[in-house]
Amino acid sequence: MSLDLLTYLFIGGSFALYIGIAIWARAGSTKEFYVAGGGVPPIANGMATAADWMSAASFISLAGLISFIGRDGSAYLMGWTGGYVLLALLLAPYLRKFGKFTVPDFVGDRYGSNLARTIAVVCTIVISFTYVAGQMRGVGIVFSRYLHVDINTGVVVGMAIVFFYAVLGGMKGITYTQVAQYCVLILAFTVPAFFLSAQITGHFLPQLGLGATLESGQSVLATLDQLSIDLGFSQYTAGKKSTVDIFFLTVALMCGTAGLPHVIVRFFTVPRVKDARTTGGWALIFIALLYTAVPGVAGFGRVNLIQEVNGPDNAGTAYAEMPGWFKNWENAGLLAWNDRNGDGKVQYAAGAAFDGAKGKPAFIEERGEEGQRMTSNAKTDASFDASKQPFANEVYVDRDIMVLANPEIANLPAWVIALVAAGAVAAALSTAAGLLLVISTAISHDLMKKTINPNISDKQELMYARLAAIVAICIAGYFGINPPGFVAQVVALAFGIACASVFPTLMLGIFYKRMNTQGAIAGMLVGLISTVGYMWYFVFGGGSSADYFMGISPGGFGTVGMILHFIVAVVVAQVTPPPSEEMQSIVEDLRIPRGAGTAHAH
Amino acid sequence: MSISPEQAQAYWKENLRIIVSYLSVWFVVSYGCGILFADQLDAIQFFGFPLGFWFGQQGSIFVFVILIWMYVSSMNKLDEKYDVHE
Repeated sequence: MSLDLLTYLFIGGSFALYIGIAIWARAGSTKEFYVAGGGVPPIANGMATAADWMSAASFISLAGLISFIGRDGSAYLMGWTGGYVLLALLLAPYLRKFGKFTVPDFVGDRYGSNLARTIAVVCTIVISFTYVAGQMRGVGIVFSRYLHVDINTGVVVGMAIVFFYAVLGGMKGITYTQVAQYCVLILAFTVPAFFLSAQITGHFLPQLGLGATLESGQSVLATLDQLSIDLGFSQYTAGKKSTVDIFFLTVALMCGTAGLPHVIVRFFTVPRVKDARTTGGWALIFIALLYTAVPGVAGFGRVNLIQEVNGPDNAGTAYAEMPGWFKNWENAGLLAWNDRNGDGKVQYAAGAAFDGAKGKPAFIEERGEEGQRMTSNAKTDASFDASKQPFANEVYVDRDIMVLANPEIANLPAWVIALVAAGAVAAALSTAAGLLLVISTAISHDLMKKTINPNISDKQELMYARLAAIVAICIAGYFGINPPGFVAQVVALAFGIACASVFPTLMLGIFYKRMNTQGAIAGMLVGLISTVGYMWYFVFGGGSSADYFMGISPGGFGTVGMILHFIVAVVVAQVTPPPSEEMQSIVEDLRIPRGAGTAHAH
Repeated sequence: MSISPEQAQAYWKENLRIIVSYLSVWFVVSYGCGILFADQLDAIQFFGFPLGFWFGQQGSIFVFVILIWMYVSSMNKLDEKYDVHE
């Protein structure tokens, strides 16, 4: 069977499965729509949380990112898993006991203020939209490469599927579809990882394979270090960023993870406080299955890429002899070759392969002598340090293709490649659906019902929720078709806001009884404004990295915003009157697990 | 809700102690071994990995999983001890 047919079969089959589940799990009430009726078993909820969490970024981009930055990737690996420890220990059980549907709900009720609720709604919506944009792009990439359709068609198909089960099924439909999506995506990630690891190292588990010794007598990591140095890259196992920067980035990612509304809301769907804790445990196990395989996939992928492109003698391979995957990805526009020295050989080393346009290829219709795609980038002689690398870099590789191209580079069977495509789509769709639900809930429940018009009926509220989901899907689709050129920075912004604004206010609401309305509002605003301002200045405002505060890059500044938030909130709360007796006793009550069963119904 | 205010206070105190002790391990493993002292640990080879690198990219994740499950079991015991379980 051809790869195309297999891919259609795998993606089509998985879509049919998702739709079937959606029909089976339709939502009839707002409670089912928002929190799946509050009766999801922890292990299923853990899987759904893992699928919700592991987005196109985890599936497609993370291994690619680590492949190219090596050691510094630790910040992402630890940040995106360590946040679950914070969630399970500091937030989930108490938020579950408080028994509301959403994060703005908790903020609004705990601080008794619609202003606080509205700030939380704004944070939720900004975080979720920035996040959803990346998912739709992931779907687009897969469709354009494997199904040879236009990226736009791919995005529209993806939108239609999400629309179907998110709007129809709400949280209930989403939760059970996500369980299925988790199974698809974890198989799709680990099966090729096993193959790769076994092929390169003889060890089945990529977790062990990365440390294994190769035929040459060197370990995989030592080989990577050697290859990297030979080609002018920095050593794979040595970091480039400063320790301070890595530290702050990791804190921002961890606390950001713990403050993401679409993850927190998952903990509202279980029956008991105990189950909220257990959900965290299951979720992290399911996440760790993928995350601990990532460094292996990244390392093997890099070794394979370098060796395939530069050939056994490390001098480059003639373009005519490059394997099919190179040309396939070139046609998809995510790989490009610029024959700088005119020798007809493809050579990969450190440095940008293309000049101008930030080193990215600007493709034109024309084809070159060898059949390669031509670009309109300026043609200049590359200057490179001949003492560090043997030739100038001629290959542009989009980091996002590493996971998808890996099985092709390693010549794995066609069904593995088709499985990877289905997995990438599952990862993107499951996250997109979770985010869309959070957006629609924030609008229908927190804004319409709780702030603007408390008199609407359950049925009307459900209608608003579905309407909001439809609008949100259309906006997400727009971002998928016209992706903002700065996706990475935008995602950093989402984590920054979650870390500086959402996480501290939830923490204080639970652990600091004296925290009052004024303190909470002041804290949230300070965290939000400082973080967004800093990022804005350095990403769009032309600030140079020499001016970084203590050398902290914008991605890690959320940590500083969080510290400011804590300080300002506590100081303001101290000089303003304490919250009411009633509120203080509610806080005391949410610290005791018993009695959550009755609280989740309004 | 049958629990007395003193009992609730004691429960909360023990709860905080559990959280702080697990979070200290969490901090030492991730920020300590994976970032702050990673360079020193790299001198040690561990299954073919420099140890600091291993903690940053794999070890800390395994520890996180174990931590959450230990916390779950500690809290279940504590809930029973104070009779606040569901």
